[in-house]
Amino acid sequence: MQSTTFHFLASIMSSSSRHAGMGNLSQEEAIEGLKKLLIHNDKDEQLSKELETKIEKLISELLGTTPHDCHPVRRILGGFQSFKTNKFDVYPELFSELAEHQTPKFLVFACCDSRVSPSNILDFQPGEAFMFRNIANLVPPFNQLRYSGVGAAIEYAVVKLNVENILVIGHSRCGGIDRLMELPEDGSTENDFIDDWVQIGLPAKAKVKAEFGNLPLDEQKRECEKEAVNLSLTNLQTYPYVRERMARKALALRGGYYDFVEGCFKLWEVKSIISTPIRS
Amino acid sequence: MAVPSPPFSLSKHSLSNPPSFLASNPSLDPSKAPVLRPRNAFGSEANLGGVEQTRLRLWNNLKTNSDLRLQASRELPGLTKELESDKSERMERIEHGTDLFDEMKQRFLSFKKHKYMQNLELYEKLAKDQAPKFMVIACADSRVCPSSILGFQPGEAFVVRNVANMVPPYENGPSETNAGLEFAVNSLKVENILVIGHSRCGGIRALMSMHDDVETSSLIGSWVSVGMNARVRTKAATKLLNFDQQCKHCEKESVNCSLVNLLTYPWVEEKVRNGELAIHGGYYDFVDCAFEKWTLDYKESNLIGKSGKVAVKDRAFWF
Repeated sequence: MQSTTFHFLASIMSSSSRHAGMGNLSQEEAIEGLKKLLIHNDKDEQLSKELETKIEKLISELLGTTPHDCHPVRRILGGFQSFKTNKFDVYPELFSELAEHQTPKFLVFACCDSRVSPSNILDFQPGEAFMFRNIANLVPPFNQLRYSGVGAAIEYAVVKLNVENILVIGHSRCGGIDRLMELPEDGSTENDFIDDWVQIGLPAKAKVKAEFGNLPLDEQKRECEKEAVNLSLTNLQTYPYVRERMARKALALRGGYYDFVEGCFKLWEVKSIISTPIRS
Repeated sequence: MAVPSPPFSLSKHSLSNPPSFLASNPSLDPSKAPVLRPRNAFGSEANLGGVEQTRLRLWNNLKTNSDLRLQASRELPGLTKELESDKSERMERIEHGTDLFDEMKQRFLSFKKHKYMQNLELYEKLAKDQAPKFMVIACADSRVCPSSILGFQPGEAFVVRNVANMVPPYENGPSETNAGLEFAVNSLKVENILVIGHSRCGGIRALMSMHDDVETSSLIGSWVSVGMNARVRTKAATKLLNFDQQCKHCEKESVNCSLVNLLTYPWVEEKVRNGELAIHGGYYDFVDCAFEKWTLDYKESNLIGKSGKVAVKDRAFWF
């Protein structure tokens, strides 16, 4: 299979102009052939991943779309065609199953930041993660009057979809945490909604100031990015349905931190600690 | 009191070890990669056939035991049963937890090797700043991630995801969605806002199922009432259709409702008027795999006035 794979790829790459057609192969035939390769390539994990990336790139080029294409409509059209060709058409059974219902195992809270999509960095596939994205991936405490958006997502994921895991992912250079750390002490604000939202993180800020107040502001911000994840994990436990499921071990809470400056990812779990009683 | 346990971190240095890690961990052995058939999530591991689907592994199939456990907990809600919790069950859970960590580690390392390290220059640039051209508002539904279906790469789109991809109007006051909107428009100065609705949306279904006069105490109900205008218009326009068809109509109507709500934000309207910002609606149908897209025609919408309708242009349908 491997030699056929390379032979086929070589025949495409050696053509003089990929966009204009490939001599013996029409564009459609080439795309079909590449799609078949994606299905049948089930060898060693590492090699197939590299090959997969190369094949997907080739298909993108054949479709005439490459990343960072600036014209907005062409960009999303290209992206959709690439998805349809590389995923939807390749796994029809999965997608017809998903069309009927979703059974994700994860509820993920991530920041809106364009650099930290969990589908990119943790390769979540369609159907795996119910994903809520907001500024600084904050989860406010349970409140029936305010922030119903977050509450609705938690209620839906936990009660209706019965997810088994909640994952809150923070990240480096977070603009929301930046703003939180720079909030004026006097409570004044120069924007309509951002400050009102990030002030949810004030307990995390207070903790960071207390423990790391001697560090330069930039480093305090890094600490706050992680502390805010812990704060969100704590706040999640104020939702009655979350607490109930955690008590019967049907739901696990985890925190994550993606540092795209250093290129690393931290992951941790929330555990209950009930110490043994002391007898006098 | 639940506290976070000490983190383990995957740094640059662990990149050199993946092959041996894979070899030593049988559950991640590629030749035994589970089949991607969600129906089998409740079945036994014996159903590991079907070459076509091995590549796209899902959490659903990683440990089928977990689903049986979930089923069990649904059937036995009584407190007494839970007190009998098995030691072996707890061991399984711990094992399952470790598997999840392992899987995530593998995925991150794979991302790091095949994407991050292959595009170091881009990532170094992104580490300093982001300048996305798009703001996307999409549903939290696990099937409709904009990065997956529209191929957004790191740095391209600032993404807000909430239940039923709704944008509340300015007068509703602060929410997580308009905090994101303010940041994207005023700080990042995005050039396009795209609101994407989708088929079989649970949030829209909840909206359409709500009783007219009963106040709901659920948070889902409170949130989706933002789309009440869409529901009213849908009910008026689709009297002869069945409930499913009405929901589909509402899914698109709600996108338009959100586009109108976007214009209630003064700093959004100003930029749209000056031609600095374009507002688009989108609809992803994952039953037929089609994507519909349209752009708000600001001038024409103004002429229509306060009827709450939108004029659109540049409608496209991709399938």
